[in-house]
Amino acid sequence: MKEKARVLDNQAMSRSLSRIAHEILEHNRGTDNLAIVGIRSRGAYLAQRLAEGIKKIDGKEIPVGILDITLYRDDLTLLAAQPVVRKTEISFDITDKNIILVDDVLYTGRTIRCALSELIDFGRPKTIQLAVLVDRGHRELPIRADYVGKNIPTSQNETVEVRLEETDGRDEVAIVEK
Amino acid sequence: MTWTRKDLLGLEYLSREEINLILETAESFKEVSSRDIKKVPALRGKTVVNLFYEPSTRTRVSFEVAAKRLSADVINIASETSSVRKGETLIDTGKNIEALKADILVIRHNYSGAANMLAEHLNISVVNAGDGWHEHPTQALLDIFTLKEKLGRIEGLEVVIVGDISHSRVARSNIWGLNKLGAKVTVCAPKMLIPAGIERMGARISYNIDQALENADAVNVLRMQFERDNEEAFPKQLEYFKDFGITRERLKRAKKNILVMHPGPINRGIELSSEVADGPGSVILEQVTNGIAVRMAVLFLTAQAGEEKK
Repeated sequence: MKEKARVLDNQAMSRSLSRIAHEILEHNRGTDNLAIVGIRSRGAYLAQRLAEGIKKIDGKEIPVGILDITLYRDDLTLLAAQPVVRKTEISFDITDKNIILVDDVLYTGRTIRCALSELIDFGRPKTIQLAVLVDRGHRELPIRADYVGKNIPTSQNETVEVRLEETDGRDEVAIVEK
Repeated sequence: MTWTRKDLLGLEYLSREEINLILETAESFKEVSSRDIKKVPALRGKTVVNLFYEPSTRTRVSFEVAAKRLSADVINIASETSSVRKGETLIDTGKNIEALKADILVIRHNYSGAANMLAEHLNISVVNAGDGWHEHPTQALLDIFTLKEKLGRIEGLEVVIVGDISHSRVARSNIWGLNKLGAKVTVCAPKMLIPAGIERMGARISYNIDQALENADAVNVLRMQFERDNEEAFPKQLEYFKDFGITRERLKRAKKNILVMHPGPINRGIELSSEVADGPGSVILEQVTNGIAVRMAVLFLTAQAGEEKK
């Protein structure tokens, strides 16, 4: 594993998240019926930060949930290491809400496909919108993001590593060669 | 920690870490049963066969519900209505189920070691749902899960198991599991219902329920299996209730928040009084709810490990 480039530092990341928070409010005309759901693990922390960002701008608290998609994966038996099943925590009714689904990196789109299936088992949201910190391309499914922190063109033999204060001790995004 | 066993045969064979992994996985699965749509696609396309050689409603239904909440297909076979009556051996029955391309075989059998024997002869996953007097691992796991959920820990707890210890696979699995996680277990019963050598498994023995309850955090009340008493070795029902039955009077002298557990079906007025069964410390119905989460975790983990070995 060789680090090729640092594409976002902590300031750039914080500016991206704050811009996304503004865009979410603009697009949804405020916080009415708005809720945020992050995909474990880093998407959950980003969801929390977006909720805080929105509160800074609009002064209103919006519900935040966490989705663990392990049980909805279509590749469980192909994985080298078994993922530990963690809890999904959505304590509010998602029916008729505008849900902002949050993940760190958008790549093949398969994680998002799982998340959509799981979310819809919880109710019938009015809309589901997708926010990601990084879109690295190479989609295998017809899925796109509504809010993107940064588009980063990559090759398939590279990985995008999102590091967050909460999990890694610092905020940054790097491209790493496999 | 990764789960690598295709089978779950007993808690004796598991490490502390493996037991904890099942408990943690079960915690996540518990949430699924609280959803509007109580179902996840994790075992979609997998087939679970419940093969029961002994009457059981709660364990079989619990496994069936658990499998269905994971989107598996479930087939139930009761020995009274199957070819077992025509003389087929257990291993042949197992091989036929394997030939049907089932993925997990859940077995309840009146012979100790039945699940272990099947696991040796089959490539598909085998889950022990109770074999003779040997083990009933998922019952002990759900007991431990409930204790941990209610009391926040297992390490250092004092647990009393009262009842027919001799004929109890539930007691044996609980002793293995609780000991591995650092709890202290006391078994309590009339002398004739305590098997020789149980102290070597790491349990203390008491013949007096009032003394046993003194420092207990929880009491697990076993059902008196009067239907198994061929030799009239059991005390009479009323006599047993007087000497060992769990009553409100007895619990008044124990710790204030002592938990009362029972694997079911309960015999009111024999092992415990109705007041206790329905009382504030009773977690008997919560055990039933937790049983589903624990069995979901076991089916999920064994199915994945079985898949990797194929």
